[in-house]
Amino acid sequence: MFGYYLDLALRSLKRNKVLTALMVLSLALGIGACITTTTVLRLLSGDPLPQKSDRLFYPQVDPNGKQGYIAGQTEPPSTMPYIDAMYLLHARRAKRQAVVALTSGKIAPQRANERPFYSDGVQTTADFFGLFDAPFQYGGSWTAADDEGGAQVIVIAGFLNQKLFGGANSVGRTIRMNDHDFRIVGVLKPWSPQPRFYALDLGGHDYGGDGDAMFLPLKTAIDLKMGPQDLECYDTVTNMDDLAAAPCRWLGVWVELPDQAAVADYRMFLANYAREQVAQGRFSRDETAMLDLVDWLRHEQVVPDDVRLQAGLAYGFLLICVLNTVGLLLAKCLRRSREIGVRRALGATRGAVFAQFMVEAAIVGLVGGVLGLGFAELGLFGIRHQPAEYASLAHLDVSMFLFTFVVALLASLVAGLLPAWRACAVAPAPQLKAS
Amino acid sequence: MEIRPILASLRKHRIPTVLIVLEIALTCAVLCNAVFMIGQRVAAIRLPNAIDERNLSMVTLGGTDEKTSGSDIPRNLAALRGIPGVQSAAVVSTLPLSHNNWGWSFGTRPDASTFDKKTVNFSLFFLGEGAEQALGLRLLEGRFFNADDYAGSSFGSAPLPETHVTLVTRSVAERLWPGQSALGKTYYSMPHYYTVVGVVADVLRPNIGSQGEDWSYYSAFFPLSAGGSKGNLRRYVLHSAPGDRGRVMRAAEQKLAALNPNGVTKGMLYTDMRDQYFADMRSMAWMLVLVCAVMLAVTAFGIVGLTSFWVGQRRRQIGIRRAVGASRGHIMQYFQTENFLLSGAGVVLGMALAYGINLYLMRHYETASMPWYYLPVSAVALWALGQLAVLGPALRAAAVPPVVATRSV
Repeated sequence: MFGYYLDLALRSLKRNKVLTALMVLSLALGIGACITTTTVLRLLSGDPLPQKSDRLFYPQVDPNGKQGYIAGQTEPPSTMPYIDAMYLLHARRAKRQAVVALTSGKIAPQRANERPFYSDGVQTTADFFGLFDAPFQYGGSWTAADDEGGAQVIVIAGFLNQKLFGGANSVGRTIRMNDHDFRIVGVLKPWSPQPRFYALDLGGHDYGGDGDAMFLPLKTAIDLKMGPQDLECYDTVTNMDDLAAAPCRWLGVWVELPDQAAVADYRMFLANYAREQVAQGRFSRDETAMLDLVDWLRHEQVVPDDVRLQAGLAYGFLLICVLNTVGLLLAKCLRRSREIGVRRALGATRGAVFAQFMVEAAIVGLVGGVLGLGFAELGLFGIRHQPAEYASLAHLDVSMFLFTFVVALLASLVAGLLPAWRACAVAPAPQLKAS
Repeated sequence: MEIRPILASLRKHRIPTVLIVLEIALTCAVLCNAVFMIGQRVAAIRLPNAIDERNLSMVTLGGTDEKTSGSDIPRNLAALRGIPGVQSAAVVSTLPLSHNNWGWSFGTRPDASTFDKKTVNFSLFFLGEGAEQALGLRLLEGRFFNADDYAGSSFGSAPLPETHVTLVTRSVAERLWPGQSALGKTYYSMPHYYTVVGVVADVLRPNIGSQGEDWSYYSAFFPLSAGGSKGNLRRYVLHSAPGDRGRVMRAAEQKLAALNPNGVTKGMLYTDMRDQYFADMRSMAWMLVLVCAVMLAVTAFGIVGLTSFWVGQRRRQIGIRRAVGASRGHIMQYFQTENFLLSGAGVVLGMALAYGINLYLMRHYETASMPWYYLPVSAVALWALGQLAVLGPALRAAAVPPVVATRSV
């Protein structure tokens, strides 16, 4: 039977080429817009560290003053002062913990006649690489002793190693950064999580790029007066040169907690710490927070507003396209009332007529899907040439490829329901009488 | 024109009628909001900025030793002023729309501290001598900084400079002292205080955010001596004729690189920096324009398709009407009026929907309230689109000869 419906549907679609083309085109445009924006949305809201994102947490405390404080209604800010970050680091209550700030540094070239250049860097502590599964090509992280001593050691990214040393094993060699010598202890494989989850709200971009170029101990960076990218002060600052003691917050803290019990313990530990600080008079607010990685991304609304607006717009557009297709399919099928009347008179059941029209709609959907895939590729090509920082990420993957056809079939079948129902409701007798 | 027969016929074809009305309503709602979003972005992209944008190029000099970077400034500036075409050159800490923001909050009471709720957050611009002229700041009241102001200002270990004079933009003056002259007034952030010596036309902040247009202009300027700049003056600004900018910038980059072999130089035209700042917004605006155009086309074709079907279905009726005396004009009018009614119902529904979508966007996104006139403008646009779309099918209907009525199909 299906083969027969297919044949009928194809004949009917061929009979009115303009109308068919209009239906397919409008459905394809709607699907193309949807798939383009959904692909971008999915890429940007993806989990950057799926293997352990549920074990990574971002503790927050609130050093802000009394001004504007309403107990229970204020949220702790996204960064911490040095003192609190160091306390959490040294307490070692989690399996791993690291403190993070962003920086940039001037790197002297290895060859003569080349100019020095700036690279993005991360000021952090020894556990950073294990915490975030950053893969090493050569060497490894520095040690906790290096952290304490402010050792001039550095881990560099693969692309910086390529640029400076032609990709050779450079562990043990020296680079000059901000006019100081640093000993390379590790070289990373390409590592560029999207979004750059470990540094949200610390300044700079969230998406795109090849990743940060260098990683150095926090204490070393402070000793050398390499300021952070972003800094917020919550009390009168008298000495900006002593950032570790200044009432300013600029550090993010990450901890790895293996199970629920550890999470509960850590929450308790954090709350106790905040209460202690309030008791000592250092804090005025005892609110704390600790979200896991995925919730933290959501909380920070890392996906740009524009991307979400575009997706909403595209779904609105698809709805208009589906309505349009419903109208056109309906026009087509009502025009064929006589044909339906004849079929029904010759013994076709309502179900058979319904099925026939649904097959017709599905064909429109499938063709629309193929064409829509073309439009989506075109759309993504367009997005890759946009100035946005996430532009280079926009590519179609297999699941979105399949999703396109699901959307196409669903849209066309929904669009086909009403016309097919109207068609099978046609009473045969009046149609035959009219001729 | 009699409307009743049209209504009667529409009542007979309820489903297609509802479909067209719904489609027009949705298109109207999306169009309203999309056009509003385009308008907002275009307004932001075109925000005025009272410096000589088209005459400015700049070179950032980083990586030099903080101890000598101040004392090197006079030497660097002398070299830059020697470049043919340079009308003036100076050094500043940051520029409007450069993303390099230093914000601080001030109040009008002597005990104001930066953490009071009543203080206002400004962006701070530190100027090296002559920067007012090099940037082309427009003085509205008072005076620019003089040599003494510059000589007496330096950075210690506090986050604000040791000076007591400031220039503010008109927006700051109006925000702090509404309805009064700001000249001679003082603003505070304990233990610092600054007295306004001049008011300049509105200059944008390094980051303009989305707190409203006035907020984007809360900028204040402070003098800073080269020797006491403590590494805070690193952006060299060059004022030249627009046609000379590119050449001047490249020459300046080379000179600064040669004078500071250990430094990192980066040159850029001011207009390019401004374009980069708004690049995302511009591409979003174009994308919205594209979506609107395609959406209108789809809707128009939908109307063409359904009306054509109706015309086809009513060939006999049209023939009968023609046979009993209706002119071609009457037939055309019939279809046009029908479309006018459908579009009318669609846009009324669409305007309500558009308003609802705007409320939703206001709650969940950083969107302003849509001014009312977007609604009727979109409505008229869709009405016009409907009339245009129906023209083809209506003409075909008018061409149906009366003789059709006499044929038995």
